[in-house]
Amino acid sequence: MNLFFHIGRYFILLRRVFAKPEKFSMYFRQILFEMNSLGIGSLGLIAIISVFMGAVITIQTAYNITNPLIPAYTLGFTTRESIILEFSPTIVSLILAGKVGSNISSEIGTMRISEQIDALEIMGINSASFLILPKILAAIIINPFLIVISMFVGIAGGYVIGVYTGACTSYNYILGIQSFFIPFNVFYSLFKTAIFAFIITSVAAYHGYYTSGGALEVGRASTKAIVYTSILILITNLIITKLMLY
Amino acid sequence: MLEIKNIVKTFGDRPVVQDVSFVFHPGKTNLVIGESGSGKTTILKLMVGLHLPTSGSVLFDGRDFTAMKGKDQQTVRKEIGMLFQAGALFDSMTLEQNVKFPLDMYTNLSEKEKIERVNFCLSRVKLEGSNKLYPAELSGGMKKRAALARAISNNPKYLFCDEPNSGLDPKTSIIIDTLIHSITQEFNITTIIITHDMNSVLEIGENIMYLYKGKNWWAGNKKDILHSNNEELNNFVFASDFMKQVFKGAQSKT
Repeated sequence: MNLFFHIGRYFILLRRVFAKPEKFSMYFRQILFEMNSLGIGSLGLIAIISVFMGAVITIQTAYNITNPLIPAYTLGFTTRESIILEFSPTIVSLILAGKVGSNISSEIGTMRISEQIDALEIMGINSASFLILPKILAAIIINPFLIVISMFVGIAGGYVIGVYTGACTSYNYILGIQSFFIPFNVFYSLFKTAIFAFIITSVAAYHGYYTSGGALEVGRASTKAIVYTSILILITNLIITKLMLY
Repeated sequence: MLEIKNIVKTFGDRPVVQDVSFVFHPGKTNLVIGESGSGKTTILKLMVGLHLPTSGSVLFDGRDFTAMKGKDQQTVRKEIGMLFQAGALFDSMTLEQNVKFPLDMYTNLSEKEKIERVNFCLSRVKLEGSNKLYPAELSGGMKKRAALARAISNNPKYLFCDEPNSGLDPKTSIIIDTLIHSITQEFNITTIIITHDMNSVLEIGENIMYLYKGKNWWAGNKKDILHSNNEELNNFVFASDFMKQVFKGAQSKT
C-alpha cells in the first residue's frame, strides 16, 4: 500500500511540475542556472570516472583475449562497444544519481524544512514547477552531452592504457574503434541517458519536496533518493535495452 | 480588510481551531496571541492558504479565499507579503535577488526600476548597501529585516508575520516591532502578527485576538489588556511575578 501511495503522490507531483509556468523568462533563467550547476559541475567527476573506466575495460578485455585467432583490433572494438552501450550511459548515470540526486534532494528538502517552499507558495508561485521543472529539463538537455564527453574520454583512456601497457598497438586500437560502428547504438545510449536524467531529477526532487521534520529527515530523504533512483535506473535500463536492442 | 468567519480546523479527531471569527483592520497592527499550541500558527496558515479549513471562510476584502481556485487564488496571493519565523530567505540568492524575486515574477518593471525598488525596501529596513550579501552572512535580526524587505517589495495589501521576534534580543525585537508598525501605517497595510512576545503586545498591539485552546477567548487592544478581568488572559500575559509587578505599576498609571 505504501508503494502505491508513493507512486500516486509522485504522479500528482509531476502533474504540478508540468503545469504552465507563471513566467517563462524566469524558468528559462533557472534552466540555464541548473544546466551549469547540475551538468558543468559534474564534468570533472565524469571525466575522471570515464578515463579510468575505459582503461580498466581495455585491460580486462586484453586479459581475457588469449586466443590468437581473435583479431588484434578486438580490444578497441570491445572497449568502444562497452563504453557506448553500457558504461557511459548507465554507470555514469548511476554515479550522477549519487551526486546530482542527493544534491537535488537535500537542496529541496532543506528548502522545505526552512519554509522557503512555503514562501514560494504564499507568493502565488507553483513551487513544484518552479523548483523541479528547470532541473528536469536542464538534466535532460545537458546529460546526453556529458555522456558523449564520457564516451570520448573513456575510449581515449582505453587507448592510452592499451598502448602504454603494450596490450595493443595504436593502429589496432584505432582500427577497432572504427570497425562495425552502428550509429543507432549512440542514439540508443543517448535516449536512455535522457530517460535516466528524468528519473534522477524527478525521483530525487520528489523525496526532497515531501521532506518533513529536520536535518535528519533531509539526510534520510537524500539517501532514499539515491537508493530508489539507482534501482529505477537499473530496471529502466533493462526494459529499454530489451525494447530497443533485442 | 481581512476577516475570518467561523473557522474550524481539525487534524484527524483533534480540533486545533474551533469556530474562530475575527476582523483584521487595515493600517493597524493586528496581533494574534496565545500560548504554544493554542492554534496561532494554524490560524495563520489557514489565512494564507497553506492549510485548508475544515469549515469556515477567510475573506480578503469580501473575497472568499477558501472557495477560490487557480488564478483567483493567485491574484490574492500576489497581494500578500509574509515574514516567516526564520525569515525563509532563499539561500542561493543574494539579498538583492531575494527582494527582487517577487518583482521578477509579477511585475513588468525595467531592471533599473526593480533595483530602485529593492534599494528603497532595503533602506526602509535599514539594510542599505547589503545588496550583495547572502542570507548565511546575516545575523538573526538582519535576516528578519531582509525578509521584511522582501515581504513589502511588491506593495502587499496584507502582511503576515509569524513570530517576528523569536530568537531575537529585546533591543532587536523592539526595532523589528517598530519597523513593522511604521510600515503598516505608512502603506496602510493590513498586518497580522502571530506572537507570544508580551513586549510586542504592549508596544504595538492595536487590535488583539487572544486564542485559548483554539478558541477566540478575548479581543481588544493593548490598553484593554491591562484592565481585563479575563483570568486565562491574565495568566498568559502576566505569567511571572515580575510581569505582575509591572502590570500593577502600569495599571496605577492609567
